[in-house]
Amino acid sequence: MERYDAIKEIAKNLTDELVIANIGFPSRELYEIKDRAENFYMLGSMGLASSIGLGLGLSQDKKVIVLDGDGSILMNLGSLVTIFNQNPSNFILIALDNSAYGSTGNQETYCKNTDLLKIAKSIGFKKAFNFKDIDFKEILSEDIEEPIFIHFKINPGNADVGIIDLTPDKIKNRFKEIVNK
Amino acid sequence: MLDSTESIYKGIKNAGINFIVSVPCVNLKKLLEKINNDSEITHVPVTREEEGLGICAGAYLAGKKIAILMQNSGLGNSINALTSLYELYSFPLIMIISHRGTKGEPIIGQVPMGKATPNLFEGLGIDYKRIEKIEKAEKAVSESWKKSESLKKPIALLFDINYW
Repeated sequence: MERYDAIKEIAKNLTDELVIANIGFPSRELYEIKDRAENFYMLGSMGLASSIGLGLGLSQDKKVIVLDGDGSILMNLGSLVTIFNQNPSNFILIALDNSAYGSTGNQETYCKNTDLLKIAKSIGFKKAFNFKDIDFKEILSEDIEEPIFIHFKINPGNADVGIIDLTPDKIKNRFKEIVNK
Repeated sequence: MLDSTESIYKGIKNAGINFIVSVPCVNLKKLLEKINNDSEITHVPVTREEEGLGICAGAYLAGKKIAILMQNSGLGNSINALTSLYELYSFPLIMIISHRGTKGEPIIGQVPMGKATPNLFEGLGIDYKRIEKIEKAEKAVSESWKKSESLKKPIALLFDINYW
């Protein structure tokens, strides 16, 4: 399975959750699959998806789902430590791990040999799962008591999707409006 | 007698800042303690300034008034977030910065970044104010959030080594 189908699998279960989508193809693919005001598309600042999601999770009650990538997680590995210690009770981090820098030409990342799930567990995440072992719909329907880390192993590959034709202000304003409704 | 920490803290309260991330500096020690003990402020210590700016952006999207407390040495870690997140999406932010490496700095390692700091803000097009006198602090911090919101970009307050 490639990223596009993985995001499709995730998106079909979404209701009113807030989604932070990582820069590049993850955002573009989500935009094509299921654009909604609850999606915040990152157009820059690689690595900060999980941090933006954490700040959002700590500041309001709706569930927050971060669609992150392995290369981006490696760029901001300290974020996992902060998330675990801050212990948000509405936060799900999904690591779409194709072991490649997908948006820049699928150059290999170190996740080929380093297991992000083991890293999350060693940081302290008690709810750290493989996507294939869980019922994602059920997880979304339950109360989240502590942050959840979901490792979604996929193959490299980008769908043939366009760029996001929303301005940064548009993405921000409609997201902010729905968050604060 | 005005107190250096108290003056900034009063400004933070006046400005209505209620979400702060931090990477410590020895000069911010007392201020960090006060913020930690303030139940109206969410305080998130972070591993790196850039990470903190990401967290602040998320909090802002949920309606928080956001600030980062940091040393100027962390500005290098912040540049990409300040441009490709804050400038891009027009986010406000108050940066309360201990500015090391200026005249009187005893640690030589602080000097290069100390010199570069104002130039970096100029290059970024971010308004910054150097504050050396305690009398100037409370007003500058108090006014900062409204100013940042109307400019739709971050504002940096550089508290000089002689300020403390």
